[in-house]
Amino acid sequence: MSELMPVLLALTILVGGIALAAIMTWWERRLLGFWQDRLGPNRLGPFGIGQVAADMIKLLFKDDWVPPFADKVVFIFAPTAIVVAMMMGFAVVPFAPDTYIIDVNIGLLFFLGMTSLAVYSVLLGGLASNNKYALLGGLRSAAQMVSYEVFMGLSLMGIVMMTGSFSLVDIVEAQRDVWFCFSQVLGLLVFVVAGIAESHRLPFDLPEAEHELTAGFHTEYGGMKFAMFMLGEYLGLILISCMITTLFLGGWFGPMFIGDWLPPFVWFGLKVFFVICFFVLLRAAIPRPRYDQLMSLGWKVMLPITLVNLLVTGAVLLWMEGA
Amino acid sequence: MLEISLFYIAATVALVATILAMTRANAIHALIYLIVSLLAVAVIFFLIGAPFAAALEIVIYAGAIMVLFVFVIMMLNLGEEGDAREKQWLSPAVWAGPTLLAVILFAELLYIISSVEGPVSTAQVTAKQVGLTLFGPYVLAVEIASMLLLAGLVGSYHLGRRALDRNIHEADARALSESNSNSTSDSNADKGAQ
Repeated sequence: MSELMPVLLALTILVGGIALAAIMTWWERRLLGFWQDRLGPNRLGPFGIGQVAADMIKLLFKDDWVPPFADKVVFIFAPTAIVVAMMMGFAVVPFAPDTYIIDVNIGLLFFLGMTSLAVYSVLLGGLASNNKYALLGGLRSAAQMVSYEVFMGLSLMGIVMMTGSFSLVDIVEAQRDVWFCFSQVLGLLVFVVAGIAESHRLPFDLPEAEHELTAGFHTEYGGMKFAMFMLGEYLGLILISCMITTLFLGGWFGPMFIGDWLPPFVWFGLKVFFVICFFVLLRAAIPRPRYDQLMSLGWKVMLPITLVNLLVTGAVLLWMEGA
Repeated sequence: MLEISLFYIAATVALVATILAMTRANAIHALIYLIVSLLAVAVIFFLIGAPFAAALEIVIYAGAIMVLFVFVIMMLNLGEEGDAREKQWLSPAVWAGPTLLAVILFAELLYIISSVEGPVSTAQVTAKQVGLTLFGPYVLAVEIASMLLLAGLVGSYHLGRRALDRNIHEADARALSESNSNSTSDSNADKGAQ
């Protein structure tokens, strides 16, 4: 049974991830509608959930077209990269005690590696399209991702210092008493911002800013290839939410003073749901910054904050060791 | 046994991808093969007991440095002409000499490897061990490397800054001359508005 568990879990994540991403397209629009005082898709089925099926059917039946001026092989390969990389990222997420695909002692680095590989999807998609708007979108995403990756990695090093391990299971276990969202407030702040930038969602969706770049890197994409980009993006959102839950919100543990009276997996799911809704709220509330503002926010605000966080965490740890 | 066959599969992928990376005329295709080669090397690192090095290989080389390479290629906008020029450069006359020399070195390497006993080490090198070695006996090298990186950072900032300052000065001068000409003749101002 224990031999079979990772395989079963991997299949569950594959199917569940795609299903969740599809439902997210509807849930996000409903939430946005709620927060922006309008309706959103509410016609098909109960609460409009049939919209998911309608959208899927529409995307599936669209003409699968490759522009004649595009680099055909790279053009077709690009959308798969983001989905594969994001799916791989789920391999190290501990959903509950003993419910994970692998627990390696480099789990955190594996996650960072997979999110950084997802960049290629946007880059190559923008480049292979042979379209100036797509190219601009790809260029933006390259600069954005490379700079925000730096803080993303650095913001997690405080946690690694406090846990003494890169393993995500160890990191959750270390939060049995106090969650890292209290001891690593700055780390959480930077990680959330970097996470939005990595999954290039609003307000940091400059690679596909539709007001200035038509649709950015996926201007030339349609039908199922476009759907792959969307799938990858929503998988990224779910993955980032899972990581925030695992790293800062105590993973499968119930909140303090309330106790663990729900099964661990349910606590995990509730927290992930909360984080996802928070991301949607950010999208509803915050306007998109200008490109240079995004860059200077990264290097002039986020980088110093992470370095201060690292310094203080290290100093406190040394002081506690000495005391 | 499984590990050995996995190793050879990864090694074959790395070799094929690297050769293809060298021979592709299209820069982007070459870069994609190079990325695949780096990923294969990461798998090899993982198999021979260095998971930390494997993770860093993916995060730093495949995830960051190669992104910058692609970034530069995107800025250059090479297109068909670039491919043609690259094909021209890859004539047999150019690569025959280096290949011959490389083959000699490869033969020597094979001879050396064949005289070494079995797998060198099967022990796992954990992240903690890497850290202790880096900040223990090799702390001087780490410090020197960080200084070098800092020097590079400051240098590139200086170069970028100077270009920015010059642009601002030029823009100021242009604005000044425009405002002067505007005050002297109204027809110029009309032209500017158009």
